[in-house]
Amino acid sequence: MNPAFSCPLPKLDFSEIQLGHGSGGMLMQKLLEPVFGLFSHPALAEQHDGAIVSTAGRIAITTDSFVVSPLFFPGGDIGTLAVHGTVNDLAMCGARPRYLALGLILEEGLPIAELWKVLCSIRQAANDCSVAIVTGDTKVVERGKGDRIFLHTTGVGDLHPEAAISARRMEVGDRILLNGPVGDHGVAILSVREGLSFESAIESDTAPLHRTVLRLLDRFGTQIHFLRDATRGGVATVLAEAAQQGGKGIEVEEALIPVGEEVGSACELLGLDPLYVACEGRFVAVVAPEIAEEALLEIQQSGWPQAAAIGWVAGEHPGKTLLRSAIGGRRPLPLLPGEQLPRIC
Amino acid sequence: MCLAIPGELKEIYTPFPDGFRMGRASFGGVVKEINLELLPEAQVGDYVLVHVGLAIARVDADEAEKTFALLREMGELEELGAEAAAPTAAGAGEERSP
Amino acid sequence: MKLLSEYRDPELVLRLLGKIEARITRSWRIMEVCGGQTHNLVKYGIPSLLPQAITLVHGPGCPVCVTPRRLIDQAVALAERGVVLCSYGDMLRVPGSRKSLREAKAGGADVRMLYSPLEAVRIARENPGREVVFFAVGFETTAPANGLAVAHAAREGLRNFSLLSAHVLVPPAMEALLTDPDCRIDGFLAAGHVCTVMGCEEYEALAARHRIPIVVTGFEPLDLLQGILELVILLEEGRAEAKNAYGRVVRREGNPEARALLTRIFARVDREWRGIGTIPGSGLDLRSEWKAFDARVKFALDPEKSEEAGECQAGKILKGILKPPQCPLFGTKCTPIAPKGAPMVSSEGACAAYFHFAGFASGAETKESVASAP
Repeated sequence: MNPAFSCPLPKLDFSEIQLGHGSGGMLMQKLLEPVFGLFSHPALAEQHDGAIVSTAGRIAITTDSFVVSPLFFPGGDIGTLAVHGTVNDLAMCGARPRYLALGLILEEGLPIAELWKVLCSIRQAANDCSVAIVTGDTKVVERGKGDRIFLHTTGVGDLHPEAAISARRMEVGDRILLNGPVGDHGVAILSVREGLSFESAIESDTAPLHRTVLRLLDRFGTQIHFLRDATRGGVATVLAEAAQQGGKGIEVEEALIPVGEEVGSACELLGLDPLYVACEGRFVAVVAPEIAEEALLEIQQSGWPQAAAIGWVAGEHPGKTLLRSAIGGRRPLPLLPGEQLPRIC
Repeated sequence: MCLAIPGELKEIYTPFPDGFRMGRASFGGVVKEINLELLPEAQVGDYVLVHVGLAIARVDADEAEKTFALLREMGELEELGAEAAAPTAAGAGEERSP
Repeated sequence: MKLLSEYRDPELVLRLLGKIEARITRSWRIMEVCGGQTHNLVKYGIPSLLPQAITLVHGPGCPVCVTPRRLIDQAVALAERGVVLCSYGDMLRVPGSRKSLREAKAGGADVRMLYSPLEAVRIARENPGREVVFFAVGFETTAPANGLAVAHAAREGLRNFSLLSAHVLVPPAMEALLTDPDCRIDGFLAAGHVCTVMGCEEYEALAARHRIPIVVTGFEPLDLLQGILELVILLEEGRAEAKNAYGRVVRREGNPEARALLTRIFARVDREWRGIGTIPGSGLDLRSEWKAFDARVKFALDPEKSEEAGECQAGKILKGILKPPQCPLFGTKCTPIAPKGAPMVSSEGACAAYFHFAGFASGAETKESVASAP
């Protein structure tokens, strides 16, 4: 984290994005000049068609698109998400994130100030994660053909030598660990949505997870069987998918899954189940039972004091996840047919 | 049906002259503007039941307390009498099989 | 959260369960007619905790889910004609005969998800050049808010706001279930928040007329179990009465202001329920004095005739006559992604719950809903 980070808006002859900014001509050069400066990296400075970089051996590669409305929300913006999302996907493969390729799809009329703000967030998040933006692309679409900014990031990371992360490696008896309270991101976004808004101090939980994961792999290696970050669909979806992909049953205790008080209240208000609400900095680790306690401590000590052991891999109901409710009753935790919507009944 | 939850009434106001009776209620720290038209008796500090932005009832604190008093008393009486009640219930939950 | 979390105390839950266990001597079939109660029963896994002798039958208690295709088609048609079509979040995914509102939005229509109908009035105020229609679904609990939106729009002199009313009423639906000779329900949990508005009198009359006990019940685990306990006591003692087990927000007379508002704005009409058919006097539409705010009048909507899915057995499932897998559509033509009838539309509906519980070898599903009909 660089506390002295500042990111002044460059002086440009235009205040809004025009179609010409994606034309490959002078306007585009004008726009990109300060962008290259902002992300300053030798590979990027080459301004070549792609970047040539070195890696340590086996690599992980992942790609993700980011569309979020509104662009700026409590605790982050689309730029932060675009870095953390891809960094976390690499981390879940058991890789140390190294390089990002960044695609921008801009809507005609977008204020340059907004673009710059997003780019600055990207730079700050990339610096925090020690990843370099090494290549990129910019396109402009006509007004009405986009939603201000769409981002796309592709990430490359060095695979940890001990990493063997797969849902198929889950074994009966494995423990399920979660790094912190769920649902903050989705609720923060809803709090500023037209028609649903409310006042609260809830902020997005967007955060990079690779440092924690690398510590786990350094210490426990192949005893870390499966990792998955909870994004859309929340932690319940991760658990349902893990059970499905691993062909094992999963059981979790609702009372052990941390939910922030305000997030819980907002979910009561809108009729949402926090277990299905989006997160951007939460992950589930399925680990061998022998190391579960120590692994939990490791997660807690790497910046996640509220991390908890929430359940285990069961020998029954293969492919399905079962929840023991806060009062002891049981119910399945299936994949939802679509996104969870606020309800009146 | 009908998701309605209790919030603590923090403020009552009329947004413009002859306008509607509105208020702000806190739901466990989450604050939302609510309409109070159908609850003329509601006062700041009351807990009100809110459904789709409209307060539909005052929560009767005495009644709320009464339920608990009854439940607790019931438990204590049973503990004094036979200790069977709670364990039976726990058994019913745990050992359910097809 | 105050006044919610206290009612989720696991220890008190056990005490209540013990009490229910102690009072029950034979099998009872209990129906709740309230989506919120169904939701929490399922969410907390309460069916898996109750004595085997109790079978919970989830009734047609979700006003969103019982909204017939025809009304959704009208809403979709309005949206496609260019109005700003607003409704509650859960209404958006319920399919009409052509598409859902969500799909209409995907096709370019301006469909907005709101927390409150009063937000729709604000949208109308801020967009004087556009017609704003609120698709007003809901039971007696929601109708006051929807009616108030009309009253506010009138007070503000807004001419671009209207309501597509799809309100449904609970007691006529209970009446319809009870008059069916095949109905096998022993007692009802009445919807607490409906009674917050309407009071208990209608249920007292219903209990007396059909010789069946009814307990007005809340939503949290302790409330639900308290309601079930009171109902079991009434059943065991053979008393066909209505009782109020949700006294902290339900008064016998309900909310008089809300009832007066409903009478002023709405009139009773026959309403079709998805998968069940038309139930006399089971709906609320705007009175003719308010026709300037009635989307059906304003946009001259055709009262097209019903085209409900013929094979859907929702009615029989809701009455506890059939189990979901006995329906020819179950799991093939009717799934949570492409639901036909109300019990599959709602994630807690009997059919959806049955669908999701498939694959659990023991425990949870054995006590789920009508699945374990004796």
